[in-house]
Amino acid sequence: MLLQALAFYVFAFVVMASAAMVVVSRNPVYSVLFLILAFFNAAALFVLIGAEFIAMILVIVYVGAVAVLFLFVVMMLDINLTELREGFLKYLPVGALIGVVLLAEILFGLGVLGGNSGTLAGLGKAMPPVLAVDNTRAIGRVLYTQYFYLFQVAGLVLLVAMIGAIVLTLRSRPGVRRQKISEQLYRPKDQAVTVVKVPTRGGVS
Amino acid sequence: MTIGLGHYLFVAAVLFTLGILGIFLNRKNVIVILMCVELMLLAVNINLVAFSVFQGNVVGQVFAMLVLTVAAAEAAIGLAILVVYFRNRGTIEVEDINAMKG
Repeated sequence: MLLQALAFYVFAFVVMASAAMVVVSRNPVYSVLFLILAFFNAAALFVLIGAEFIAMILVIVYVGAVAVLFLFVVMMLDINLTELREGFLKYLPVGALIGVVLLAEILFGLGVLGGNSGTLAGLGKAMPPVLAVDNTRAIGRVLYTQYFYLFQVAGLVLLVAMIGAIVLTLRSRPGVRRQKISEQLYRPKDQAVTVVKVPTRGGVS
Repeated sequence: MTIGLGHYLFVAAVLFTLGILGIFLNRKNVIVILMCVELMLLAVNINLVAFSVFQGNVVGQVFAMLVLTVAAAEAAIGLAILVVYFRNRGTIEVEDINAMKG
């Protein structure tokens, strides 16, 4: 139990520190890399609590797809790094104020700060029950029966996102020569073949 | 020294606050703002999964998967819009995005 607590504190600290580095990092590439670190440690937190399936999905979807997408876009766009940081100090006081107020509000609401831990104690008492089935099987039993329409809607959301991204970024540039196979195939004979009368010892010019 | 629900909720609250802080601080770079939105969605996921596990109800994890799907779709669409915008205007500063005069 002590080892679990120690692991939780290490992972939680790395999650929060790398999230802070995402915000304050000077180079967007470093921000993406710290984002990946934060996702990995959040997945470790999920494993620690016993939600392995969500942890693996988090690694696959976020690190494998979303973070790589971010990395591609950051590296493709030609942005000036020094201009990007100009407003940072100007907005720091109001941003820090809002952040502190929001964090205090959330923690008061949870009862972590104000000593009113009645709500949290009532919720947190129930320790994870030892399920008869493992986490993945339990999710599958619910997901494919009771929440099947939700599952379908999730697939539909991904389809719409894919079509939207393709439609947005597709462009037809003028002046690019492409092979048009149908035009090639339907070219009539008189455009393709010219019959030339070749004189003897003359050659074709 | 047992890890309870409150510990996970504290981590999620800090992550959410850092995301909002990042949106306020990075006024020049839309990519970092999108990353901060992802951080906030991760905080929401931590909340969902923590409540789901500590209450012994697996439905929260199903909803966490739906949030994950929406986050992936949002990142794809947002980055596509960003690429198109950069192609047209040559900048991604937030203060310059005023073409719609909203």
